[in-house]
Amino acid sequence: MRLLIVDDSNIIRRSIQREIGEGNHEIRMACDGVEALKVFEDFKPDIVTMDITMPNMDGLSCVEHILQKNAQTRILVISALADKGTAVEAVKRGAQGFLLKPFTSETLATEITELFVD
Amino acid sequence: MTSTHEPHTMPEDDLKVFVKGTEYFFLQVTSTRADVSTPFIREATDHVIDDFSAVIGISGSQRGCVYYSAPREMIRELVTHYGETEASDDLYADCVGEIANTISGNAREYLGPGFMISVPVVFRGRADDVRFPHDAPAFVIPITWNGHRSSLILCLKRDEKEMPTFDPEMLKEIAL
Repeated sequence: MRLLIVDDSNIIRRSIQREIGEGNHEIRMACDGVEALKVFEDFKPDIVTMDITMPNMDGLSCVEHILQKNAQTRILVISALADKGTAVEAVKRGAQGFLLKPFTSETLATEITELFVD
Repeated sequence: MTSTHEPHTMPEDDLKVFVKGTEYFFLQVTSTRADVSTPFIREATDHVIDDFSAVIGISGSQRGCVYYSAPREMIRELVTHYGETEASDDLYADCVGEIANTISGNAREYLGPGFMISVPVVFRGRADDVRFPHDAPAFVIPITWNGHRSSLILCLKRDEKEMPTFDPEMLKEIAL
């Protein structure tokens, strides 16, 4: 599986990467929506984890762009924005799931596993 | 801290949102409780900026900023709870940014989607010349976690007709 991790926080990108483990998966990272789209073009990931509040391009806009390029991409939005409307909006734009920060390694593992098996 | 809402002060209920959010953050990330002490209004002689700080600009239903500032020793310990073994100032700065972002973003559960947050701006060093909005009180929420003290600082106004005069660009001048 190819996985793209998108978050402007390096510590979050690294913690997600660590949780997934390299194993049989290829992992790339991006620090904002603009970089994510560039990486997406070359890397063609199966799964994307996407932060929302980022510079240059926010995550929800990036979700839309990604799904226009490949509607089969599975996307997990990971954000600190805790109002219900944000989670609803993420799903409306095509994300398969929404994980609220701060997350424990257990909940992250559960959400990632669900993406892999969908 | 006032119990009635005046347009130039922060409602007690809003302060509680951030107190609870801070407690939740530390418990979730570290499995260790943080003690959050009674918020107080910062005076000019209060030194609340520590080794690593982040500021989030707030707009929409409220305007102003949220700071989080912590000492190096605390952040060095905190990053290990993210699985980090690396020690670097860049990582520590990133961590405080993520803390400020998480607590501010979580506040939307109660403050609503109109509480719009910016990406964090991080800066380093115990700067005494960090400027706070002069027309909104800066509420300092003291946090003690594993013997380390840090601060969440809230400068927020609900009165949309009178925006706090705060320019986030000002902070970039001292950001390293």
